[in-house]
Amino acid sequence: MNEIVGQWIQTTASGGWLIIIGVALLQVAVLLAVVMTLVAAATWAERKVAGRIQDRLGPTRVGGRFGWLQPVADGLKLLTKEDIIPLNADRILFRIAPYLAFAPAFAVFMAMPFSDGWVAQRLNTAAFFILAVLGLEVFGIILAGYASGSKWSFLGSMREAAQVVSYEVPLTFAALIPILLAGTMDLVAIGEAQRGWFWNWFVFHDPFTFVAFWIFVTCAVAGTNRAPFDLAEAESELVAGFHTEYSGFRWSVFYMGEYAAMAAVSGLGAILFLGGWNGPIPLASILGLTDAVGPWAGFFGHFLGAINFLLKCVIGILFMMALRWTLPRLRIDQILSMCWKYCFPLTALCLIGVTIWMLAFPDGVLGIGHPKTETTDFIVHVVKSMAEH
Amino acid sequence: MDATAIFFWLLAALAVAGALLVVITPHIVHAAVGLILALSAVAGLFFLAGAEFLGAMQIMIYVGGTVVLLAFGVMLTARLTFVRMRTTADQWVIAILLAAPLAIILLQSAWAYGHLRSAQVSSETRSMEAEAVSATDLGLALVGVRPQVDGASGSDPRSASNHATMEGYILPFELVSVHLLVVMIGAAYLARRRME
Repeated sequence: MNEIVGQWIQTTASGGWLIIIGVALLQVAVLLAVVMTLVAAATWAERKVAGRIQDRLGPTRVGGRFGWLQPVADGLKLLTKEDIIPLNADRILFRIAPYLAFAPAFAVFMAMPFSDGWVAQRLNTAAFFILAVLGLEVFGIILAGYASGSKWSFLGSMREAAQVVSYEVPLTFAALIPILLAGTMDLVAIGEAQRGWFWNWFVFHDPFTFVAFWIFVTCAVAGTNRAPFDLAEAESELVAGFHTEYSGFRWSVFYMGEYAAMAAVSGLGAILFLGGWNGPIPLASILGLTDAVGPWAGFFGHFLGAINFLLKCVIGILFMMALRWTLPRLRIDQILSMCWKYCFPLTALCLIGVTIWMLAFPDGVLGIGHPKTETTDFIVHVVKSMAEH
Repeated sequence: MDATAIFFWLLAALAVAGALLVVITPHIVHAAVGLILALSAVAGLFFLAGAEFLGAMQIMIYVGGTVVLLAFGVMLTARLTFVRMRTTADQWVIAILLAAPLAIILLQSAWAYGHLRSAQVSSETRSMEAEAVSATDLGLALVGVRPQVDGASGSDPRSASNHATMEGYILPFELVSVHLLVVMIGAAYLARRRME
């Protein structure tokens, strides 16, 4: 995307810092539009999913049969609510906390490829960058809990700190496995390494990656502070946890941050394990929609890829919603023991298993091997020659 | 004045402002927030310089590490609402005595390389940036493999100068891991002793 816009602007004007900032602002606007649309749709979908699971209809009135204008009504309601800052609150931190919670969840989309090469900023270490930045979301929640000057908020934010710091470890280990298979942290290259039919996706590469995928899902749900891991807000014990004292627009910013983070981890999971923009059937290459055929064919091929990617994101978000309304909330000790006693050892085992699998079956089993990158070939070659010595 | 310079000064100002906030505020949680600001701005400077891996590392280790610091700061001050720390005059004197030499050295080195300040980002440096060592090469070098050195053609000047360190960085890497392991075992031991 960067290159397309850059080329278009270079033809109309010569270089300069205004143009660079203009391109950056354009990209931010496009990303914000996509993410905010996802968030608005997600708030509506959450109500619908919750309703159906509880044998209700969910919203039905606003905007016709399916209540699809509900997010707009919600937004208007939140904007017109009274904005309250408690007397005991730390006023400055109370004001900036919601934005600190939202900004990281949005910033990760800067490095998230939506299709082959359709990325705002292609980073060499995109997977690492996204994991690092997603971990910063907890700051906003701790600060919110602290600055509210309320015991409920404080307890909620302390739980969140313990939970997020713990679950980051197995999450990173699980994400390491596809990185190892592709031999790079560049998300565009990781997606490219899974091109072709769906059995080339890393989740189906071997039994270890399949286990690692489900651990990734568990830790991603825990990392985004969603039920059954939503101890930070635990409304049955802590009123509303860290956002007890928030109302109106500031509260809605927390909400947006949560949904943006859900979309971000779904996208990351889709690229790392589920082939990213590669559909189950390589439709684009069957129909001849590649860059080799022509620029417009390439564009439509990429467009199909972007639709694939967004569909996988949406499926991930819907899965997390179904999980929330199905499972009961865990206790804090159960959450921490699950992380350290089960998730973390399992991911470590998977990591060792995958390395052995790569060495034992460098060409895959049953004649199905995913298209390898140059780096993995090179690493396998080096390890083999070291073993011979 | 190009975009790089504007963003450099913006991020540098943010980093200095955050660092000043850490020193000046009497409020421990405000100090932690200032630390987050300063460290994040430094990460931004790394990204601006094209060192993505270093920038992500800065976020992961330093900015992420302050989560724990912040949590402890909040926990320790939770009983007294919004505790304030007073810095006495003798503490100021000791701090200035320690910090002043470092500031002098840093300022001297910043002004010593005049040619770096006026460096023009030409198309040549841009192409060099594109061929910069990727994170994969760095990772391989850490486990003792140097692909660029091993499979390099004779004309590459980098391969000739690096021939002596062909084994990569496996020894320092392992030393650091052993060091971290010792620290972790020590921390666990101390924590357990106190709980009994």
